[in-house]
Amino acid sequence: MGVDRREFLKIAGMAALFGLGGKAAVDIFAPGEVEASMEGIPLTQGTRWAMVIDIRKCLEKQAQEKDGCKACMDACHRVHNVPDWGNPKHAIKWIWQESFEHSFPNQPNPYITEGLKHQPVILLCNHCFNPPCVRVCPTKATFKREEDGIVCMDMHRCIGCRFCMAACPFGARSFNWGDPRKAPKELNPEFPTNRDYPERSMGVVEKCDFCVERIARGELPACVEACDKIKAHAMTFGDLADPESNVRKLLREHYTIRRKAELGTEPNIFYIV
Amino acid sequence: MYDGGKIIVGLIIGLGLLLSPFFYNAGKAAKAPVPELTPKAKEAKACVAPVTYMRESHFTLLDEWRHTVVRDGERYYRSPDGKRYYKSLQTTCLECHSNYSKFCLQCHNYVDVDPYCWDCHIQPEEKK
Ligand code: SF4
Ligand code: SF4
Repeated sequence: MGVDRREFLKIAGMAALFGLGGKAAVDIFAPGEVEASMEGIPLTQGTRWAMVIDIRKCLEKQAQEKDGCKACMDACHRVHNVPDWGNPKHAIKWIWQESFEHSFPNQPNPYITEGLKHQPVILLCNHCFNPPCVRVCPTKATFKREEDGIVCMDMHRCIGCRFCMAACPFGARSFNWGDPRKAPKELNPEFPTNRDYPERSMGVVEKCDFCVERIARGELPACVEACDKIKAHAMTFGDLADPESNVRKLLREHYTIRRKAELGTEPNIFYIV
Repeated sequence: MYDGGKIIVGLIIGLGLLLSPFFYNAGKAAKAPVPELTPKAKEAKACVAPVTYMRESHFTLLDEWRHTVVRDGERYYRSPDGKRYYKSLQTTCLECHSNYSKFCLQCHNYVDVDPYCWDCHIQPEEKK
């Protein structure tokens, strides 16, 4: 089915509303799905969400800013009320940076491009196709959504046993040692932040959820939106199941690597190097 | 029988102590509080479901919402009168019912339930 005029106007309108570019908008709002999005599972049935991160573009932006660029991290942590305790031992990581060598220990190439050596790479939950964290969770608080492959957390159900933290080979999960509301205010000048997002009670595990709440409203993940806003365009979010999607196009055109691919968890975050 | 009288007196005193709260409160049953609507809620006229249902079973509805949103990704709700709502305690329910102490708390106190919603969901800030 093609996109008829009415449909197109609708997509364009929604896109303008959410400030998406033309192509990105069509990727998220496939024709006919806008209406359907009001019911049930919106914009998401039969998709397999993934992200492509262009390390080159990211580093380029990092180099321009005095203290490096943290737009994606700030946006995510603000939107999801992720606390900053100021104590690395209690750090809660949804999206964070780590050196290239630590992020990709399986790329043992001492002659790797100079530009990548010791450089910070943006990391987040890989929303693995075979997520070991889901397999070990005794309460099914961590689960993979059948319809779109997002690995979600049901924080109502988490008992804080931390098996998932042991199982995740990417360190993508954090244990919540305290009430986010009580996180030091001086580190978060805008605290309390987003009233649209629930906080967590003490003693649950949390992680990046691919912004399920935003996708449901037809918005891009907060990190991607923030990155696009500063015109870095280093992050691309899209549907792997669609051969014509923005992410598939990038994957066709560029050489990409994934973290610890040899473990067979099939990460859905791809890095252009 | 040894000290039969003392035992019986003791029993009566004991029983009296046990029942004293009932005598103390007899005839003055605490009145059930009436939840107060905000002007916004009054103006809306209808809630997401009929008032009688909401009064008796709002917790069932909330539980179902949380389950379908988190587990099934179904974030919209169609009310019996055909209107659509975004299923969210914080942004849909509390948008209208923003007077926490007069709408939620006094009833919860009366029936002595202490829901733990507010461990995570942000309680509305009330204007004093
Ligand atoms: S990266 Fe870790 S937390 Fe995320 S899906 Fe994979 S195993 Fe689970
Ligand atoms: S996808 Fe959403 S939750 Fe995940 S890192 Fe980006 S902003 Fe945070």
